[in-house]
Amino acid sequence: MKTSIFAAGFCVMASVAAAETPVLTVYTYDSFVSDWGPGPAVEKAFEATCGCDLQFVGTGDGAALLARIRLEGARTKADVVLGLDTNLTATAAETDLFAPSGISAKYDLPVAWDDATFVPYDWGYFAFVYDKTKLDTPPADFKALAASDLKIVIQDPRSSTPGLGLLLWVKDAYGDEAPMIWEVLSDNIVTVTKGWSEAYGMFLEGEADMVLSYTTSPAYHLIAEQDDTKAAAPFAEGHYMQVEVAAKLAGTDQPELADKFLQFMVSDAFQSIIPTTNWMYPAITPADGLPEGFETLITPAKSLLVPADQADALRDVALAEWLTALSK
Amino acid sequence: MADRAFKITPLIRAGFGAVLLLLALIIAPLAALLWRAETPAVLGAADWAAVRFTLLQATLSAGISVGLAVPVARALARRRFVGRGLLITLLGAPFILPVIVAVLGLLAVFGRSGILSTVLGWVGLPPVHIYGLHGVVLAHVFFNLPLATRLILQGWLAIPAERFRLAASLDFGPRDVARVLEYPMLRSTLPGAFMVIFLICMTSFAVALALGGGPKSTTVELAIYQAFRFDFDLGRAALLAGLQFTLGAIAAGVMLRVSVPSTMGGGLDRTVERWDITAGWRDGLLLAAVALFLIVPLGMILIDGLPYVFSLPASVYAAAGRSLGVALVSMVISTGLALLLALLVVRLRRGGVLVESIGYITLAASPLVIGAGLFIVLFPLTDPVALALPVTALVNAVMSLPFALRTLVPAVREVEGTYGRLADSLAMGGWVRMRLVLWPRLRRPLGFSAGLAAALSMGDLGVIALFSDPNGATLPLQMYRLMAAYRMDQAAGAAVLLLGMSLLLFWIFDRGGRADADV
Amino acid sequence: MLTFEDMRYTQDGFSLHADFTVRDGEMLAVIGPSGGGKSTLLNVVAGFLEPTSGRVLWDGQDLAGTVPGKRPVSILFQDNNLFPHMSVAQNVGLGLRPDLRLSAQQKTQVEAALERVGLAGFGARKPAALSGGQASRVALARMLLRGNPLVLLDEPFAALGPALKVEMLDLVRDLMGETGATLMMVSHDPEDAKRIAQRTVLVADGEALAPVETTEIFANPPEALQAYLGK
Repeated sequence: MKTSIFAAGFCVMASVAAAETPVLTVYTYDSFVSDWGPGPAVEKAFEATCGCDLQFVGTGDGAALLARIRLEGARTKADVVLGLDTNLTATAAETDLFAPSGISAKYDLPVAWDDATFVPYDWGYFAFVYDKTKLDTPPADFKALAASDLKIVIQDPRSSTPGLGLLLWVKDAYGDEAPMIWEVLSDNIVTVTKGWSEAYGMFLEGEADMVLSYTTSPAYHLIAEQDDTKAAAPFAEGHYMQVEVAAKLAGTDQPELADKFLQFMVSDAFQSIIPTTNWMYPAITPADGLPEGFETLITPAKSLLVPADQADALRDVALAEWLTALSK
Repeated sequence: MADRAFKITPLIRAGFGAVLLLLALIIAPLAALLWRAETPAVLGAADWAAVRFTLLQATLSAGISVGLAVPVARALARRRFVGRGLLITLLGAPFILPVIVAVLGLLAVFGRSGILSTVLGWVGLPPVHIYGLHGVVLAHVFFNLPLATRLILQGWLAIPAERFRLAASLDFGPRDVARVLEYPMLRSTLPGAFMVIFLICMTSFAVALALGGGPKSTTVELAIYQAFRFDFDLGRAALLAGLQFTLGAIAAGVMLRVSVPSTMGGGLDRTVERWDITAGWRDGLLLAAVALFLIVPLGMILIDGLPYVFSLPASVYAAAGRSLGVALVSMVISTGLALLLALLVVRLRRGGVLVESIGYITLAASPLVIGAGLFIVLFPLTDPVALALPVTALVNAVMSLPFALRTLVPAVREVEGTYGRLADSLAMGGWVRMRLVLWPRLRRPLGFSAGLAAALSMGDLGVIALFSDPNGATLPLQMYRLMAAYRMDQAAGAAVLLLGMSLLLFWIFDRGGRADADV
Repeated sequence: MLTFEDMRYTQDGFSLHADFTVRDGEMLAVIGPSGGGKSTLLNVVAGFLEPTSGRVLWDGQDLAGTVPGKRPVSILFQDNNLFPHMSVAQNVGLGLRPDLRLSAQQKTQVEAALERVGLAGFGARKPAALSGGQASRVALARMLLRGNPLVLLDEPFAALGPALKVEMLDLVRDLMGETGATLMMVSHDPEDAKRIAQRTVLVADGEALAPVETTEIFANPPEALQAYLGK
């Protein structure tokens, strides 16, 4: 009863406040806004300085987010979209819904960044994660993995972001040889799941020796669970990157607040939240450095990333090859 | 009575309203997607392969579920034993589990490092290979065998005890009982049970992919997902959804045609006194095997999640409360719609089959397309996010409608057949008839379908993806968020909470319908 | 006054024709072989069946298109005359208001009606706790309260023992006398007709013959009745 009175009072106050403060609406993917993602801390930190009400709206994952923006078109309520990655930015740019950011920062990315519209906020490498207590020497590349009798779980590129990452990883590393790699890998693949959660859950249940995830995944187990048994296997071909970006909508009614948010996004306050909530590398390393534990993560010898303007065409070719090789 | 003039009463008008609502919910999203499509839609060879695989796995899954359910229902109908009621309640559990939880539970038993493979390993045998068409079918049987058993069991218990008495006096053996009493009942029950399960399996996606072992197990629903999310080809998504829908409609039409009406809706806790039964060890063995098949995976889920149920983050309990609200609203909508439709079906007679099939084929509607289509329709009018929970409740209600119809149509038919003329002669029409005759006479089947609707709505993630409101997450969504945040243990706890709440809701309403229900 | 005006009802090869008048306040028996159309005749009057041709008139008004509940008719079926989930008082109360929103005065009326049929104090019971004869009395009490000028009985006492049936028929006769209502009673037992009906209609071979004095029809039975009576 007390709580409901409090809630009622809070709502009255909130609506009074809402009438006076401008609202910045940020569309993002669902796990960003969850209680265990960066959303709550980011909202608190930004609202402390902006004199505004920051409202997150979560939608599925990055691809679903873009689909939603395309459905809503120019009438969207969003002022900022946060959570697309480089596989999606070319398509996103074609919609003409986004405006140049005017942000320039010194990014700590393994690749040069000069996109005028999309501002990176974090990044990571895809990798196969394994359990050190069960597997002594992980394979050193795709070919060694294929030659071994190790079992892996991967995600479907049609429904999952990491799944698409792996598709481009193999394509970028092997080019025309990619179909051959998939063919030799096919007997290692236990199964293909709809999303990351299913695959990672199956790996933790012992269904596979390795799972497609991120090089930063072991950091969660180490920092949050004091469990140092999980590790990512470094592959000699290099590792494919995911760079997550945000952009301002061209039709925003809060252009200044949106600019302010993007500026805030590349600041220490935002960037220091990322590592232990989104479990990715911040786009700009905070002044205090990365949290303890991140130094144990592997650093790939080579960073792979298909340029945004080629990703779209390449993924269709790679998907067709993948489907053919695994449908046999 | 056969040609009692057809009168448009307020209830009938409301029934037609319910039909229109259903049609709108099914057709409007497809139309909206086609309208927004940027390029003309074409289906490729891969899409047709998906159609073939979908039909194959759905036919196998439904056939095996129903085929296995016949002896199980037979055993349950004629045996009395301690825990029989509990077993029947537990039969409802797999069906309301979130897909991802059920898959992990199944893998804990049948997976590469599951119990079965471990035991095989002790005697030097290789682990079970669950992934493939047989894995998909196994999972679908796990989900649907219990449902099929319940549907067929109702048919068995609807055979009047007097018939068995008569059979005994005529010195019928088991074979004669089967031919004279049981076969006609199965003839009227099986087509409906097969159809419902076939339709459920048609829209399967995550299960089919995860246990199918790869892209060769692509279903139409996955193709829709790809068209929408990967290619943003709305026209193709709508076309595929329309195709899936048409296949479902054909299946529903065929099944309702070959099906002959029967009466159901009786209590499941009675056993019929039988005289044609001899040794029971075969029934016992069968029931034990089925119980193991269903209960061991459930047990693994419980073992995984139970330690975390009471230490979940507060937001998970808040989400549980929200889901409870959605489930209750959804239950009211579903039961209300089902009652109106059942009245219409019984009143319309021949046209009733059409109305009934409309109620069923909602099962073949793609949740993703309904979600996206409603979003397109609602977006220009209002803020879809603000409508997240009402839309979820509505769509969940429509998705559980077929089960409510399956129970209510025969029950309404019976009440109207027995008391319709008396009520007519006393001028009891419209809401008076509903309040004083139908409601009290239908309490049991209403309780059963309300419980099922509430339980299904608790567990279903349905269309919420596009509508999700960060501050209004339901329990299944919160469970997925825990998983996405690496918190698999807590997610397992949330799954147990979800399972417990669903079963409790079902139990309460099912019981409530039975309490002091008069003869 | 109830008039069958060249009324014909046809369905699936079955046909029934009637062309006669029932006098106000009389008690009319309807007898004949089973399957001959006795119940059909009552169902046409009650409105569950509509005539294929011809008319059924009440006091000169065509009943066509009037739903069963709005006709000046009370009907008792062979069985299922009571709702098993309602109390005796509720079942009777339906005769006053189908929605059961009864005033205090109406509740008193219900009690009085129950008393009249010999069931004072039975109001709170459920039908399952009644004997066959008591259930019939409840239905008659409800009929009293409906106060319709035309009462149709479709063999409601067929399952009762001989003594009990006589008792019920006498009760019906007394109630008809008190209310002045017109009665049409289907029966397969000639004794029923002899006991309370002034005139009798024979229904056989698709024809409901015009009413004849009951004493007359059994003294000189027509051929169809002879066959039925087995004489």
